[in-house]
This record gives sequence, C-alpha cells and structure tokens, in this order.
Amino acid sequence: MESCNCIEPQWPADELLMKYQYISDFFIALAYFSIPLELIYFVKKSAVFPYRWVLVQFGAFIVLCGATHLINLWTFTVHSRTVAVVMTTAKVLTAVVSCATALMLVHIIPDLLSVKTRELFLKNKAAELDREMGLIRTQEETGRHVRMLTHEIRSTLDRHTILKTTLVELGRTLSLEECALWMPTRTGLELQLSYTLRQQNPVGYTVPIHLPVINQVFTSNHAIKISPNSPIARLRPIAGKYMPGEVVAVRVPLLHISNFQINDWPELSTKRYALMVLMLPSDSARQWHVHELELVEVVADQVAVALSHAAILEESMRARDLLMEQNVALDLARREAETAIRARNDFLAVMNHEMRTPMHAIIALSSLLQETDLTPEQRLMVETILKSSNLLATLINDVLDLSRLEDGSLQLDLGTFNLHSVFREVHNLIKPVASVKKLLVTLNLAPDLPVYVVGDEKRLLQILLNVVGNAVKFSKEGSISMSAFVAKVESLRDFRSPDFFPMPSDYHFYLRVQVKDSGSGINPQEIPKLFTKFTQTQPLATRNSGGSGLGLAICKRFVHLMEGHIWIESEGLGKGCTANFIVKLGFPERSNESKLPFAPKGQANHVQTNFPGLKVIVMDENGVSRTATKGLLVHLGCDVTPVSSTDECLRVVSQEHRVVFMDVGADGYELAVRLHEKFAKRHERPLIVAVTGSTDKVTKENCIRVGMDGVIVKPVSVDKMRSVLSELLEHRVLLGPM
Amino acid sequence: MDVGQMRRQWVEYTKSLFMEGFLDSQFEQLQQLQDESNPDFVVEVVSLFFEDSERLLNDLTRALDQPSVDFKLVDSYVHQLKGSSSSIGASRVKNACIAFRNFCEEQNVEGCRRCLQQVKQENLLVKNKLETLFRMEQQIVAAGGSIPNMEQIGF
Repeated sequence: MESCNCIEPQWPADELLMKYQYISDFFIALAYFSIPLELIYFVKKSAVFPYRWVLVQFGAFIVLCGATHLINLWTFTVHSRTVAVVMTTAKVLTAVVSCATALMLVHIIPDLLSVKTRELFLKNKAAELDREMGLIRTQEETGRHVRMLTHEIRSTLDRHTILKTTLVELGRTLSLEECALWMPTRTGLELQLSYTLRQQNPVGYTVPIHLPVINQVFTSNHAIKISPNSPIARLRPIAGKYMPGEVVAVRVPLLHISNFQINDWPELSTKRYALMVLMLPSDSARQWHVHELELVEVVADQVAVALSHAAILEESMRARDLLMEQNVALDLARREAETAIRARNDFLAVMNHEMRTPMHAIIALSSLLQETDLTPEQRLMVETILKSSNLLATLINDVLDLSRLEDGSLQLDLGTFNLHSVFREVHNLIKPVASVKKLLVTLNLAPDLPVYVVGDEKRLLQILLNVVGNAVKFSKEGSISMSAFVAKVESLRDFRSPDFFPMPSDYHFYLRVQVKDSGSGINPQEIPKLFTKFTQTQPLATRNSGGSGLGLAICKRFVHLMEGHIWIESEGLGKGCTANFIVKLGFPERSNESKLPFAPKGQANHVQTNFPGLKVIVMDENGVSRTATKGLLVHLGCDVTPVSSTDECLRVVSQEHRVVFMDVGADGYELAVRLHEKFAKRHERPLIVAVTGSTDKVTKENCIRVGMDGVIVKPVSVDKMRSVLSELLEHRVLLGPM
Repeated sequence: MDVGQMRRQWVEYTKSLFMEGFLDSQFEQLQQLQDESNPDFVVEVVSLFFEDSERLLNDLTRALDQPSVDFKLVDSYVHQLKGSSSSIGASRVKNACIAFRNFCEEQNVEGCRRCLQQVKQENLLVKNKLETLFRMEQQIVAAGGSIPNMEQIGF
C-alpha cells in the first residue's frame, strides 16, 4: 500500500492527476468492500468450508484496506484533525490485521495444497473399486448362467434332452459358433460324435480315443484350450479362409452307481468320459475368458450328475416294470394253484363217494357169491376177485384219507373204548394170516395198561393193523411179538425225535407199542424213506408183497394227530425189524378238561321242554304270522311281546328280553344292526334270531353280516322252536343249520 | 247226532281239507298250540287272516285297475298275502300267491289279473271250509265234547 503523503495539498498542480487518484481510490475501496461480501456470499452458499476464521480475518483485512482507501478520499482536500485521527486508526488496524493474516496464511496454504493430493488418491481408489465391481458383476453373471443352465439341464430326466439342452444353452450363453459332444462307443476305443448344436444329424463320425489331445483333456478336470485343427474340433469342413475361433474342450464324466465311493468322491479311477468341444465364433477375435472356462467346467460336472440321475431312473423304472410283471405272473400262478386245489378238492369230494359205492357193492356181492355153491375153479376166481377188490378198497380209502390228512381236514373221532379188546382184535385178525406163513404171533399187554381209554378207536386199529401187517408181510419165518405198555417219563426221553416232548398228566397217558419181527429187516439207510408216500423199500424182489407204500405214511399222520411219534429200528438186512409208536390217549371220566384237539360232538343236548317266563319279542310286519309265532312261543311258556315294526321293537326292547325273533321277509336286518348299536355289551343284548322262509346263501350271509345269533327257517314247528330255544339259551348261539 | 259222531265227522272233514290241499301242516301246528290256556287260538288267527286277506285283495284290485300298474306295489301286497297264508297253512292260497308273484316279475298285467281272480277264489274257498269246520267245533263243544287232537289220531 503506498503511503499517502497528502497531508498538505501544496501542489495545486495537476488537478487531472488528483482526479485520477481520487477515482482510483474510490474504485479500490469499492472493490475492497465487495470482495468480502462476495466471499461471504459464496461461502454461505457452500456447505463445506473449513477455514471460516481465516475468512473472517481476510474479510476484516480487506474491509480495513478498503476503509483506508475510502478515508483517503477525504485527505485530498483540507481535512480536519478528526479525519486524520480516523485515518490513522484505520491504518493501524489494517496493519495489525494484515500481519495477522500473513502469519495465518503460512499455516493454511500447505493444508490447502494437501487437499489436492487426497483428492487424487481418492480418485484412484474409486477407479480401482470400479474395476473390481466389474469383475464381481461378471462372476455373478457367470453364476447366473450356470444356475440357469443347471436348471435347464436338471429339469428333465431324459438323457437325450439333457445333452441337447446343455449344448443349446451353452451355445446361447456363451454365443458359441459350434458346440459338440463326443460319446465313447460301446467298445470304449473310439469317441463318436453324438450331438452337435448347429448340425442336425451328426454322421457317425468317430475318432480313436487315444489321441494325445484327448488324453490331455481327459486327465485334467479343467477346460483346456485346444487347437482348432485337431480332429475333435474339426466339425465342419473347412470352407475358404477364415480365422477359426478359439476352441476349448472339457471332459464330462459318465458316472455309474458303482462309482460313488464315500472316500474318494469325486476322484474316479477307471471310468468313461465324454468330450465336450466348444468353439467361439470365427473371425470374432474373441478369447476365452477365465470365467467362461469356469462356467464350462461347472456345466460339465452338472451334466455328469444329471446323466447319472437319468441312468439311475432308467434302471429303477426297468426294475419296477420287471417287478410288476413278476407280480402279475405270481398272481396268475397263485390263482391257478388255487383253482387246481379247488378242483382237486371237488374231485376228491365227489370221488370219495363215487369210488367207494361201487367198491362196496363189488365186495358185498362177491362175499355173497362166496356163500353160494361154486365149483372149485369158480371159488378160486371169486376169492381172487374178493381179495383184489379188498385191496383196491383199502387203497382207495388210504388215498382219500391221506389227501384229507394233508389238507388238515381230518379230525379224530374220539370216544371211549376198550383198549385191551382192540389189541385182542388185532391179534385175532392177524393170527390166520400169520399161521399160513407159519409165523408165531404173541401179544403182551402190560398189567398197568388201562382198559378203558378215550381216543379214536378206528384209527388206532388202523395203525396197529398196518404196523403188524407190515411185520407179517416182510417176515418169511420166525415170530412176531406185539407188546403194549404205558410209556414212562424217563423212557420218553430216549427216542429219536428232537421235538417230541410228551408230558403225561392226570388226564391222559402215552401208550407205547412195540412190534418186533424176525423178518428180512431193513437197511438202516432206507429207514427215513419208509414213511414217505409211495416209496417202496425193496424194489424188485418183493414187489408181490403188495402194498402201495402209503400205509406207513398214513400211520405216521394218524400218530401225529394223536400227538405221538412213530419210528422203526432195524439192525440191517436179514436181522429183523422193530416198529415202535407212542400215542396219547385220554382217561375216561376225568377228561373234562381234555386237551385233545376236537371237542366231542357226541353228547346230546338236553332239550328243555318249557321256558317259563322267558321274555321274548316277536317282530313281524305281517299280523297273521306274528300271531302264529306268538302263539307258538306262548305255548312254550314264554312271555311274548309282539311288535310290528323296527321302531316299535327298539322302543319296547330292554335288557330283560332274552331273545328277539324277527321276520326278515323284506328287510329285517336293520333291526339287528340297531340292536347291536343299542346294546354294546354282549351280555346285555338279547339274542337275535332271524325267521325267514328262504334258505339261500345270500340270506345266511346277510344274517351273519349283521350279527344275528341264529336263523330259523319257516315253517316253524313246536319241536323246532323248542330245540332252537334250548340251544340258544345253552350256547348263546345256534350251531349248525336249522 | 251224538258227540262221537260229530267228532268223527269233524275228523273226516279235517282229513279231507288236508288231502285236498286246502290246509297243510302249518295249520296243524296252530292247532297244537291251542290248549286250555288258549282255547280260541286257531279261530283268532284265522279271523285275523281273513281280515288281512280281504284288505289286501281290495288293495290289489285297486292297484291292478290303475291305468299304469305299479308292479312293485302289487308285488309287496302279494308278498304279504303269501306270508299270511303260509302262516296259517292255507297252502292253496299260498301257491296262488307264488304264481302271482311270478307274473308280477314279468310285469304281465293280464297274467296278474288272472292270478288275482285265482287268489280271490281260493281265499273264498278256504274261508268257507274253515267256517264250516269252526261251526262243527262249536257244535261239539256245545254238546259237551272235546275237539279231537289230530296227533293222537295219527294223521
């Protein structure tokens, strides 16, 4: 700032110069005043300005400078002392502020400079982040493509669709020119071009599998860039000159179920690969980027998995179809078997009667014929006829019995009989035959053998006859001894069957019979076969001994039915043979709690003649038959409540009523159902008996279905009703057809 | 006529009813149910039957006179009549009913009408016969005798 020496306006000199100075000072002052204003204005406008204090200082400095120049204007002319004082004050202040500002600037300017540096730094950082963002976006894009591809590939389980889709989607995502899949042939020695993107039907174009480039691809699980001239990449004829795009090949593992081992998944040792070849568009100068390669690798893996899923599915579908077929076949076989069994049972049921009748006729008439006068030749003939027919009758009986035994439908006919007399009878029967062969037959009954026992007399006789008969049959000379005794507990342990544990008790005992003969004996190895049907032990020589081989098999079954055991011992050929059997017999009188399998049917039911006061209900819509039935029951002493409808019956019925007779003419079953609902507990419910005129199966089935306790067929006589009521009250159910 | 003669007459008449098929063993059963505690059982049941059959026959006539015959309804009536007649042992009525039902199944209107006539006729016949029988019984009882037991006669 120039010092102004204008204390005395001595020089009246150039008024022009003075004027110019005057004007300049004025403008300077003006500028000096406006600059801070501008600064303030703009700083206020901008939000961030860290150096307000500096601004204030600067502002003050400028203002004071301006003030100084302004006051200068008054000093051009003569001025008073006040003006001089003001001028001086202003100048002093200005000096102070400007010095302060100068000092302040020393600190501030480096700071301001460094701001610039930081700005540069931030810009660089921003550029870097932008780059990374670009990368991430690319990766994310790749990921999206992979997901989309995978989704497409995995959305189908058909092998061809999977592969086709893969190629199509890859081609689209990566904008490929060509994409091809080479699959290994059956022999595994060649790769065959199976699918391509652009060409519709790839011709059976094969390359051998042991090319170096292929090996290179197969040994790495990355996508590998290969030369466009290698045989696997030459998918189209080279047309003219063009710069083929870069080619990449990747292996696609073909997984089998057996390849999945927990430990080294996904390292697969000996397996097959397919080859996927991808070609970028030619003349495009595009290059394979890393993320694209990664995409290709991931897709290849996914394809492998999808293919294996498809294979597994195919397998399981095939297995399921097979199973279904087998199921159908089995079902058919079962039905056929059932039909066969039914047919056989029907046949047996018919033949049972049909075969025996003529047989009996023949036997009866032949015996009668024997009684008449015959010439010796005739007698011989008749005897032969009789013998043969007896044999045949026995055979028929045996066969039928055996079939019934096998069905399990045979049941013992239990009754009380004289055991000693059975043995004596067998002895008597066998003596004549034995004496013809000059065999001695002895019978030995233990003294403690009970006389009267409970069991199946006929069948026991059959067993004995069979066993003794065999003894006689197979002995040419010597003696036969029969002994019977009660089997003792200790001795029950010592015999051959491991699963027979006889337990005698107060209600039954075990009879043991032993038949020893001194005949031809049996080879010990043949013994197991004795009890099987239709096998003969001595094939050729003794065929004429007769017997079809069924006898022992039947005996065994009967013995088992009697909860016993039968076995044969022999020391060898020519050394005789001992047949043993044990059967369970019951004691009479004490056999109330009999453990024998079949409940005795013999006892006649004691029929009540009258039922005094028995409360019953008769339900019948028809008035006449209702009255008739009521009369019947009243005659038998019952207290009868007649009702004419289901509802009325339900209203009237109570626990006191013991029986409800209902006519099921049209539809009486509903009442039975409602009665079951009303009385949940069986002992509270009255017995329900259906009265019906029809005996057909449908009616019976309906009655069983709704839970009736019995059925009576009309017309009902007094006796019938009497016995029905007796049986009902005794057993709470009607057994057998009425 | 003395009681013995009346009783013999009654037996003959009853036998003839059975022979001619008007009654069957069911009627016999009913007779057996009649005893001192229940002396009029048979008459009661038979009267009930005739009331029932009268009603049913009227219903049947009406049903078959309709322009369009409801065979289900007709069948149900016939079924009831069959049930009643078999309960008292009126076997000819019952047989007629059986034939009637067959025509119902075939939905043969003419056949049904013919059967209805048949049933009516049989019903009337058996009604007359039974009324005669009961009159005889009343006469026997009035003369101080008792009605013979068919079982004892060994019928």
